[in-house]
Amino acid sequence: MFDAITKYLSSATTPGEAGSIFWATIYILIITAGISLSVIAMNWLERKILAHMQIRLGPMRVGPHGLLQPFADALKLLIKEDIIPAEADKLVFWSAPVVVTMTAFTTFLVVPFGRTHAVTDMNIGILFMLGVSSLGVLGIIMAGWSSNSHYPLMGSLRSSAQMVSYEIAMGLAIICAVLMTSLQTGTGTLSMIGIVEAQASQHTWFIFKFFPLGFLAFGVFAIAMVAETNRAPFDLPEAESELVAGFHTEYSGFRWSLFFLAEYAAMLAVSSIAVTLWLGGWMRPFPNWLSGSIWNLAFSLFPALTLFVLAGLCLLGTARMPKIPQMKIQTVGLGIFGLLLGFIGLVLIIPGVRERVQDIYWFVVKVAFFMYMYIWYRGTFPRYRFDQLMKVGWKVLLPTGLAVLIATALWGLLPQISSAIVGVLP
Amino acid sequence: MGENQPGYREWTMSDSTRTDYLDLDTKDETFLDATELVLNMGPQHPSTHGVLRVILKLDGEKVLGTECVIGYLHRGVEKIGENRTYAMFNPYVDRMDYVASVSNGLGYCEAVEKLLNVEAPPRAQYIRVILTELCRIASHQVWLGTHALDIGALTPLFYCFRDREEILKIFEKYCGARLTTHAFRIGGCIYEAYDGFEQDCQKFCDAFLPKLDEYEELLTTNRIWVRRTKGVGILNPEDCIALGVTGPVLRAAGVKWDLRRAQPYEAYKDFDFEIPTGLNGDTYDRYLVRIEEMRQSVRIIRQAVEGLPQGPIMAKVPKVIKPPVGEIYHSIEAPKGELGYFIVSDGSTQPYRVRVRPPSFVNLQALDKMVRGLLVADVVAVIGTLDIVLGEVDR
Repeated sequence: MFDAITKYLSSATTPGEAGSIFWATIYILIITAGISLSVIAMNWLERKILAHMQIRLGPMRVGPHGLLQPFADALKLLIKEDIIPAEADKLVFWSAPVVVTMTAFTTFLVVPFGRTHAVTDMNIGILFMLGVSSLGVLGIIMAGWSSNSHYPLMGSLRSSAQMVSYEIAMGLAIICAVLMTSLQTGTGTLSMIGIVEAQASQHTWFIFKFFPLGFLAFGVFAIAMVAETNRAPFDLPEAESELVAGFHTEYSGFRWSLFFLAEYAAMLAVSSIAVTLWLGGWMRPFPNWLSGSIWNLAFSLFPALTLFVLAGLCLLGTARMPKIPQMKIQTVGLGIFGLLLGFIGLVLIIPGVRERVQDIYWFVVKVAFFMYMYIWYRGTFPRYRFDQLMKVGWKVLLPTGLAVLIATALWGLLPQISSAIVGVLP
Repeated sequence: MGENQPGYREWTMSDSTRTDYLDLDTKDETFLDATELVLNMGPQHPSTHGVLRVILKLDGEKVLGTECVIGYLHRGVEKIGENRTYAMFNPYVDRMDYVASVSNGLGYCEAVEKLLNVEAPPRAQYIRVILTELCRIASHQVWLGTHALDIGALTPLFYCFRDREEILKIFEKYCGARLTTHAFRIGGCIYEAYDGFEQDCQKFCDAFLPKLDEYEELLTTNRIWVRRTKGVGILNPEDCIALGVTGPVLRAAGVKWDLRRAQPYEAYKDFDFEIPTGLNGDTYDRYLVRIEEMRQSVRIIRQAVEGLPQGPIMAKVPKVIKPPVGEIYHSIEAPKGELGYFIVSDGSTQPYRVRVRPPSFVNLQALDKMVRGLLVADVVAVIGTLDIVLGEVDR
């Protein structure tokens, strides 16, 4: 048994490639739990970061620095009364949140957290992700329509129009990256792992490829992905100041929390696409400048160091807690949390573990950067109006995407073109 | 009103949900001949600034017509005035525009003083000006925060409320109350400026100007903000005057009309300040005008604090206020526009009739004209830019 586990873990295949249903199930469970946990963490982080941007403290009461607030909220949502409006289409109303959540989670099947840390390596990986994530709009339309109410209907109509428009610009940006994978081998790949490996073999992240073309394509993608996930400044479908809560106005309790879960899972999914396509996926930064075994060792210690810093912050917080009986539980809780983080950090320093974990670590760090950007946008920008949103999508992003695509293709063909011209010349 | 009165109709429960205020029978031209959608915005809606109910007739997202339903916050303030003595009614006016309660009190006190033919002593006038201008800044801060929130910018709200806190602290130190201050009395002020009042005001002015730049940094040149506000809800000067719109909304249309300059009351003639006006009369201009008004208010406060005269703060007013028979209309420039009080005295201790001309109520009339042909998202932007307070609209 133990041998079987270690044998599999030391092999360099994904469960999908190995055809192992057992390992695939384990991976799916880990990913599902991980996504749910990240959504909970995101919930806390968003509230805290947004609060600090807005000179507030955010949640402070439940647990030290409100660390348990998301859990308290989740519990509250679970035990709330489940209301289905009398005039709603019950079956559709019931299934809409399920559809949204399913699609958001299914996309993670092909997300490569590392060379072997993906459920499967599909040869049409990126197409699969796009296809499944755009199914999410179906759930939103279902939610808006079945609520049988004006605000949700308008929200879902806005949402569908928005998602359809921005998917095109997004697709054009993705094609740029796929074109770039074909440069050395001559055959491109749609596989998520293949795309990262192409970046490894070309010794560059695609964001820096054909500067500024890669950067422009990344920019188009980065804007389209915010619109795609209905987040500020493109959060019209759920614009709280206009449409109350948009398509999920009539939802409450657990069903509402499913929409919440799906929204954040979708944010994680598109950020994962961006990281995979443009930022070198699981690869560590500066593989060319800072190469060599010493730098490899230094970078592989990063996960443990990060956890040690977090643990240190927690313990510092524990020491700074007011020494009064009312705060005793909080102080002890924060201390235990810090020690736990420190322990995980110690585990991650073990030689065999740290090499395997650092792939996941760098991937998560890059995704976390995008998540921070999402929060930052929300704290800074006003909201677009519907017609302006469409204008940005069709008149700015689409032409830019097309131009970048054509330019990328021409640039990639430059060697052939020049050799052809040289051949024709006398 | 009795049952045999013409036009009388028993109020029924269905009145609260009826939508026939709008002319729904005439068919407007819609895109692709779609059915019109009647949407009830409010009274429970996050961005109608209280309990305003707007019934929207929509073609998709386009607004074909609106109807405002008001009265959800009606407390009968004017009627209460008929059953209270002049002094007793004073705190009630604070509850109308509760965001700018000091201005309300000032208008009422001045109207009664005019009726009594007394004038507040210079020191009282200066203190009044300082507090009223502070109140104008506070009111504009609430407007800016909520207006930005309506358009989707969350952060300015918190910055505005942080800085408004300093003003409320000055109010609290001066008269003990933060929101409904009841700061002035008929004939002057009852409280002497506390020790350090001048320094507090100066300190606020010094700290506030950089913070105002901070708000502007977030919004003024923000592309999304400019797109959302430029050319939205245009109101030209003729329409403004025809509808009786006053205040920053009128000035943004390019009409240089400010009662502080046009009919100087209190000590305003002593101060040097500009009246900012706009060019296009759109939401962006109204935003700029109000931002500039805050700067001018700081200027006035500085001058008033520097020139604060010594002397009594209360004019000679009898204990029991019994104005001679007559009527008076007096208006001041409140943060939202012309705030007028029409008081009829029958020679007794209680007014025969008090009528308030609230700026929010009159400005709200312009909503329909401004939003026709715009989108739903613009409706909340326009409601925000009109700067209404429902306590004042409904009274």
